[in-house]
Amino acid sequence: MTVELFLYILVMAGVTYIIRMLPMVLFRKKIKSKFIKSILYYTPYAVLGAMTFPAIFYSTGSVFSASAGLIVALVLAFFDKSMVVVALAACAAAYIVTLLGF
Amino acid sequence: MSEKIKLKESPNSFLYGLKCGLPIAIGYLAVSFGFGITAVANGQSVLSAVIISMTNLTSAGQVAAIGIMAAMGTLSEMALTQLVINMRYFLMSISVSQKLDSSFTLPHRFLTAFGITDEIFAVACSQKGEIGKRFMYGLILLPWIGWSLGTFLGSSAGELLPEKIKAALGIAIYGMFVAIIIPPSRKEKGVALIVGLSALLSCALYYIPIFNGISSGFSIIICAVITSVLGAILFPRNDEEEAAEE
Repeated sequence: MTVELFLYILVMAGVTYIIRMLPMVLFRKKIKSKFIKSILYYTPYAVLGAMTFPAIFYSTGSVFSASAGLIVALVLAFFDKSMVVVALAACAAAYIVTLLGF
Repeated sequence: MSEKIKLKESPNSFLYGLKCGLPIAIGYLAVSFGFGITAVANGQSVLSAVIISMTNLTSAGQVAAIGIMAAMGTLSEMALTQLVINMRYFLMSISVSQKLDSSFTLPHRFLTAFGITDEIFAVACSQKGEIGKRFMYGLILLPWIGWSLGTFLGSSAGELLPEKIKAALGIAIYGMFVAIIIPPSRKEKGVALIVGLSALLSCALYYIPIFNGISSGFSIIICAVITSVLGAILFPRNDEEEAAEE
């Protein structure tokens, strides 16, 4: 393992751990600010929206197969299917479109 | 009375924790398989992909991280990206800390803090009453194994799987993201607006040539900060909504 790789992993694991650890050992009171609470509530959805688009279109090596996977994922997620079902169905749809030659 | 008995039997039992963690572990196994493939496609080795999963135990942060590593981003970019993406754990850890019983001395708080993920948080906080350290260790163990094992299988299957299947599996982790953002978007227009705006902004930063210098990590930070602050201004959450969720 190179030094750079080690440092990358150290930084990402360290930051992620500190975020989880600090409230567990330090904070015993709940956050009162409605504004901060609202920001923290929306952040994961904002993050995932930005991470999914446009990256999902390039996740399979073909925009066509990825779009098929996305559409299937959107429909199943709309009907509250579980994470695993949605993820696997998206893969299956992308695979079928790939087999069709797109 | 009956509730007291249940409390003694379940939320402080290691076995009960394992049982609650099993479905999470199966989900993680499938999704981290996709992460393993994505990681190798972005230049990671099997070993580094597995180490990343074993030490981070988080989906979005890890996907962003391998993007930053592939683009040889700076360490401060890495730190800032993880901070923004994983900031939600801060709030979850606060909620979990309110549920812990007296068996949770400081060393156990340090150890179990590592295992706070969206799903583990949700299961831990949905327990009635306080939770004990044995339950928490049981709850974390299988998902952690599933996440690490799935990453190993996915990253090493790169050589075994046919090219077309491998390519199709690359969408798995994004499928999981879609499964997380769509159901709440359907129920709350605030969430729907934030998800839509963030996705649009992200596409704008990606496709508009003048923004080409912005790396993927910073793009996520920019989109997340702008849209979640906007969400807090336009659709502030009130305490009744949270009480309804709990």
